[in-house]
Amino acid sequence: MASFGRFIRLALGAWALLLLVSMAPASAQQVNPTASSVKEQQLLQELNRIQGRVSIPDQRSGVLEQPQGREWREFRNVTLRWIGGIAILGMIVAIVIFYLTVGMVRLEAGRSGRTIVRFNAFERFVHWLTATCFIVLAISGLNITFGRPLLLPLIGFEAFSEWSQWAKYAHNYLSFPFTLGVVLIFLMWIGGNIPNKVDIEWAKRGGGMIGHDHPPAYRFNAGQKMIYWIVVIGGGLVAASGYALMFPFYGTGIEGMQMAQIVHSIVAVLFVAAMIGHIYIGTIGMEGAFEAMGSGEVDVNWAREHHSLWLDEQMARTGPNDGQPQPATAAAE
Amino acid sequence: MARMKFLCDADRCIECNACVTACKNEHEVPWGINRRRVVTINDGKPGERSISMACMHCTDAPCAAVCPVNCFYTTADAVVLHSKDLCIGCGYCFYACPFGAPQYPKVGNFGSRGKMDKCTYCAGGPEADGSKEEYAKYGANRLAEGKLPLCAEMCSTKSLLAGDGEIIAQIYKERVMKRGYGSGAWGWKTAYRETIES
Repeated sequence: MASFGRFIRLALGAWALLLLVSMAPASAQQVNPTASSVKEQQLLQELNRIQGRVSIPDQRSGVLEQPQGREWREFRNVTLRWIGGIAILGMIVAIVIFYLTVGMVRLEAGRSGRTIVRFNAFERFVHWLTATCFIVLAISGLNITFGRPLLLPLIGFEAFSEWSQWAKYAHNYLSFPFTLGVVLIFLMWIGGNIPNKVDIEWAKRGGGMIGHDHPPAYRFNAGQKMIYWIVVIGGGLVAASGYALMFPFYGTGIEGMQMAQIVHSIVAVLFVAAMIGHIYIGTIGMEGAFEAMGSGEVDVNWAREHHSLWLDEQMARTGPNDGQPQPATAAAE
Repeated sequence: MARMKFLCDADRCIECNACVTACKNEHEVPWGINRRRVVTINDGKPGERSISMACMHCTDAPCAAVCPVNCFYTTADAVVLHSKDLCIGCGYCFYACPFGAPQYPKVGNFGSRGKMDKCTYCAGGPEADGSKEEYAKYGANRLAEGKLPLCAEMCSTKSLLAGDGEIIAQIYKERVMKRGYGSGAWGWKTAYRETIES
């Protein structure tokens, strides 16, 4: 029994000793082993993003945090809607006011009954290829920005999602013929669209839309040249930025895609506004203008009033094609 | 109802990737998609730190705000979920997300990314809780069974915490108090506009 008592005492002593030994490092535990490690706020302040290494194959997921998506969100949900809304509604309001006050720009000399070829079949094909693609692209694109507040409440979640899905496919695939059209427009009409002295005079005199003045112009006047460069430069920008979004991570990261979306959407809404103006002048805004892209032949009086220098050139070369029977065009009006 | 959050105690994460594996297995996530990942900053250098990250289920979630078809919704537990039936795979949530959470089954071109996939906080989707359809699209719905996300449950060092924000913040605070240091709740300021004072 005595030996057992001694054993107990020994065991208790050993236990107390162990406890003491283990207490010693515990009291010195206030050392921070990761004191020198990176801190979140410090990293965010330095680079505005936190990036590291991941052991999974998808190396892009090495970006841990990038709060700048917030600024992009603000742009997409607020800024863009204002820019787009003002540009497009502003253009429509301006056109309505212009139409109600000035009305259609008439042919002052009336129709001559003789026509002259303005755009050949290939030119018209390229124009309408680009135009139809543009209209689908514009509607499907505007749907991404304005559909949720405007259309979704009207047709409901399922229908809106279904429509948006198809709109997205149309947007993505029609970008290819559209880009082709822009390239062809660039090559096809570059010759007539280099700005020159005549344009300054044309612009000073307010072009063909205001008043009864008809400043001289070659094949394309300053206004048309503006449309041309809007299509070429705007089309080039939306195509380039659009493909950056369609082919994610080919040369761009998330920030690159945010930038691409910003460029794409701003250029696109301005493009849409400009094209609404273009459509107006080409249809109800000016008598005789639509025929240029419709049948391809314009009335000689239209050509004289709006493109006098071009008409002189053409006359000098071939003369108006008055050998053709004309009533077809005249009767159609 | 609780306000569910994730908290990664970066001083404890040892980059074992158990959370990543648990998530992939639990939800049978397809190849190429990682709902959760572990990022190591300054790997192999002094000051190295690993953080496990997935969707943080943000307050006023940016993904939900920018979605063109409004396919996101927030549950009563403040978990941010989405409907794959409504998703059109446009990629906008991916541009807006601060944590790189949205994933697409096709890294594909021509904009055919497929339906977006992301961490569901083990809470499934809009389909009936625990249904086959829900499992096929979103994975398991552990929350409906009264269980917390598997990544946090599996964490070998209990670095990753999941649960009601106030409770896990309290656990973290106590840890920091006891050990005397802490690097803060990573991502909380960005996700919830608040941080844990310690």
